[in-house]
Amino acid sequence: MILSLILLVPLAGAALVLLLPERGRIPAWIALLDSLFTFVCTLHLPAHFVSGRGGFQFEENVLWLSHPRISYHLGVDGLSLWLVVLVGLLAPVGVLASWKSIQKNTKAFYSLFLLQQTAMVGVFVSLDLMLYYGFWELSLIPIAILTAMFGRNLNESSAMKAALRFFLYTFIPSAPLLVALLWLYAHTGSFDYTALQAAIASGSLPSWQLGWVSVAFLLAFAVKVPVLGLHGWLADTFSEAPVAIAMIAAGKLGLYSLIRFHVELFPALAREAAPWMIGLAVIGILYGAMLALVQRDFWKLLAYATLSSLSFCTLGIYGFTLSGMNGALLQTVNEGLIGAALFLMLGVLFDGARSCQIADFGGAAHRAPRLAALFVIASLAMIGLPLLNGFVGEFLVLSGTFTGVSKGWATAAALGVILSAAYMLRLIQKIFLGEAETNSPRIRDLSWQETCTVAALAGIMLAMGVMPTIWISTMEPALQSVTQKILTVDQSPVSTASGTVASASTGEPR
Amino acid sequence: MTPDIFRILPEVVLTLVGVLVMLTDASMSPKSSRRLLGWVAALGVLAALAASLWQGTLPAGTAFYGTVQTDAFSTFFHVLICGIVLVAILLSIDTLPPDRSPEQHHVGEYFALMVFGAVGMCLLTSAVELLVVFIALEISSISTYVLAGYRKQTGKGPEAAMKYFLLGSFATAFLLYGIAMVFGATGTTEVREIATLLPAARSHLFVLLAFGLMMVGVLFKVSAAPFHVWTPDVYEGAPTPVVALMSTAPKVAAFALLIRLLYGVFPLLHPLWMPLMWVVAAVSMTVGNLAALRQQNVKRMLAYSSIAHAGYLLTAFTGSGTEPIAAVGFYTAAYAAMNVGIFALLSVVGGYDERRSSVTDYRGVLYSSPLSGGLMLLFLISLIGIPFTGGFFAKFYSFTTAMQGGAGWLVLIGLLNSGIAAAYYLRLALSMALPSAASAKAQGLSSVGAGVVLAVGIAALATLALGILPGHVLDAAHAAAQSFAAIRGF
Repeated sequence: MILSLILLVPLAGAALVLLLPERGRIPAWIALLDSLFTFVCTLHLPAHFVSGRGGFQFEENVLWLSHPRISYHLGVDGLSLWLVVLVGLLAPVGVLASWKSIQKNTKAFYSLFLLQQTAMVGVFVSLDLMLYYGFWELSLIPIAILTAMFGRNLNESSAMKAALRFFLYTFIPSAPLLVALLWLYAHTGSFDYTALQAAIASGSLPSWQLGWVSVAFLLAFAVKVPVLGLHGWLADTFSEAPVAIAMIAAGKLGLYSLIRFHVELFPALAREAAPWMIGLAVIGILYGAMLALVQRDFWKLLAYATLSSLSFCTLGIYGFTLSGMNGALLQTVNEGLIGAALFLMLGVLFDGARSCQIADFGGAAHRAPRLAALFVIASLAMIGLPLLNGFVGEFLVLSGTFTGVSKGWATAAALGVILSAAYMLRLIQKIFLGEAETNSPRIRDLSWQETCTVAALAGIMLAMGVMPTIWISTMEPALQSVTQKILTVDQSPVSTASGTVASASTGEPR
Repeated sequence: MTPDIFRILPEVVLTLVGVLVMLTDASMSPKSSRRLLGWVAALGVLAALAASLWQGTLPAGTAFYGTVQTDAFSTFFHVLICGIVLVAILLSIDTLPPDRSPEQHHVGEYFALMVFGAVGMCLLTSAVELLVVFIALEISSISTYVLAGYRKQTGKGPEAAMKYFLLGSFATAFLLYGIAMVFGATGTTEVREIATLLPAARSHLFVLLAFGLMMVGVLFKVSAAPFHVWTPDVYEGAPTPVVALMSTAPKVAAFALLIRLLYGVFPLLHPLWMPLMWVVAAVSMTVGNLAALRQQNVKRMLAYSSIAHAGYLLTAFTGSGTEPIAAVGFYTAAYAAMNVGIFALLSVVGGYDERRSSVTDYRGVLYSSPLSGGLMLLFLISLIGIPFTGGFFAKFYSFTTAMQGGAGWLVLIGLLNSGIAAAYYLRLALSMALPSAASAKAQGLSSVGAGVVLAVGIAALATLALGILPGHVLDAAHAAAQSFAAIRGF
């Protein structure tokens, strides 16, 4: 029941926000209390999670529709556990980040914001593919509308363009995804995750079509990450979307889906896609980092930096080594935390100055010492300074790539780490250090709520950097089984995608 | 043994109510308000809806020498059509021009025509004899032609009515010609007899011609490409509450007729009509969506979107067995809910005089009237096909059916089309969400009246219910398909 509770509490909160009058800060308080309660509920999961037990836990399975057969099937394992907690944590952070900047139409803002939370949690806990698809699509709507309604509107109707672009970028690839789902249903009669996994592993499905099905899955998720080449929406969304929305728009959903519904569901086909994905990931790391180096606009800088650090996650996933996967999943969580902190603080800078040009700032540390200190900590975590969480994730990914994939790719990716230090330190230097210019824009320091929020995030970053084993020990069993599946594919007689060939030749000795 | 009259009870009720409304209208003083007539008509349609539900409890059977047949199939469509007409009437009570305007004199006729139209549409879904089919189609069409031209003061009203009338009667003529051919080939006009006699028909060419002519007639009525050109002009010219009706109810009836023709009359030609439906579906959605992308006028945009939806609906016909009948039934219900809903809100927010007509006019609506704007958003989301709304499940069933029938490519075309479609629906949705500098106070839901609130409420609830708990309606649709199959015997 706990998972249903986590899904329904934000939804009920959204309804409550809609019903109560928009007076004073009522919607904001409801959203804050509601999301804090949800966060406490999500903490129940790691507290009662039995580490090392295979399969899904906290399962709920109720038949929703008998024909076609769709179930309300929820469950978490080591893969999704911390992502649910992360979403739970980011919700109150998002509310606090919007406390000052969203003053008008708060009812619309907070109800959609809470709806978004339900959709995201739904994506992580759904074990019925149709239900998953439902939440996946649902998660687009609030982001698009909130971007249009509360966008920064840097120039005339740019918020509208960003919203439209974000929506279409994700919605159009989800059309082939639905075709693929329907195809799987037509051939297996089930949308259930485990049933489909078994059906695909048995090799009874026509192989070349299955190849296209896996490509459709891969494409839909790669856009959401985004993987290099499909990142067209990222910079716009980061520049335009309100802070609370931008901090959850990238990364998590796509990366989780890649592991769960591409690698774990189609191990053989993922193996074939791996060289491409690794190539795109490494180029993405360098491309993102180099573009971040030359940006004049800090939202864009953050967008390309995010592209670079998300590419690390993709690299870890498609290296198929256990340490790489651990690193990728940890880095996904890291990116969520660090991104949230950076977004919140840049949002404060932007609100004060109404500018996102780095050149407009300078010497901000004098006027906003708390902001500067916390910003430096978050940046260092992003760069990958030892003892902070970013280091652990990047190190695991790089070592996994070095041992399991190729030394060349690992070296190239390591260059990305160096570049990340260059662009983040440059950003810190330009904004916070130096003399305060006389005509520099008005900026304010963090308010006490914001300070507490970011300090808490920084505390978690430190904790994850010092004691990563707490997190990794719960993630590892699930990821172990994923890498195990890949290994089985490698050792099977025919390691190609052709399931039928594999099933036909299983009897033959090799 | 059920008396024959019970088999057409909803039609009888509707006819009596229509006559009552007309007579009362004639006896009222020209200056008094006609609102009451709307409520009378609404109650009458509600009674017809109850009668249809009661009919559903009767054992299936025919009446009037085998020309009318009631079963789960006819009940499903009767209830749906009565529901749509009910909502359309409720909507019209408050959104028609205010009392004492020149058009006020015809309000009584307006409601009577809506009710009479419902008679034809209902009869169309239970008729199993082709001449009755033709008469039913004409009853429904003629009232819609008149309603389309209701705004006589603007140039576009008469233009819409004229275009609709000329093209529509041309299409009905095709249908009639087809019926004549069938009669020539088999010597009967009864659906069941035709199906048994067709294999032994004297001339195969005759049958093919008949089939082709009848398809032209029906595809025109459902506004599928390439017989869709009338749609945008007529929707633009007709009053918005009328568009809410005529973009849904006559189409629902026409789809029932299409099912009757394909599965009842011409099951023999299945290998021929399946690829035909494939092509028409693909062309309809592509043409509809691409054209809608370029529209600035919201009503024209939604007109093209309805052409695309006809395409998604036709996709289901590529399925096998009786699945398509159930999928089409469900789709028509979901489509009706969201389309009536969006047009209802357009007539509130846009106004009868169409103060707002283009997409940019809707800028800021979400701020100036949050409730109407929010509900419009809901209907748009459903039209896009986002899960947890009726529009999603409708598409889902239609496409699943097609996929199981082996039309994978058509499904891919359909879903890519919904991607394109999202762009223009979203353009309207986001336009409403953009803060507007000059936010003219839009008419809100609360200020118009109980009728509209009821109408929009019913549509919104139906859209959500069909998306979250579609089980009951889907069961009813399956029962309809089963009853159809039981009588056809396949």
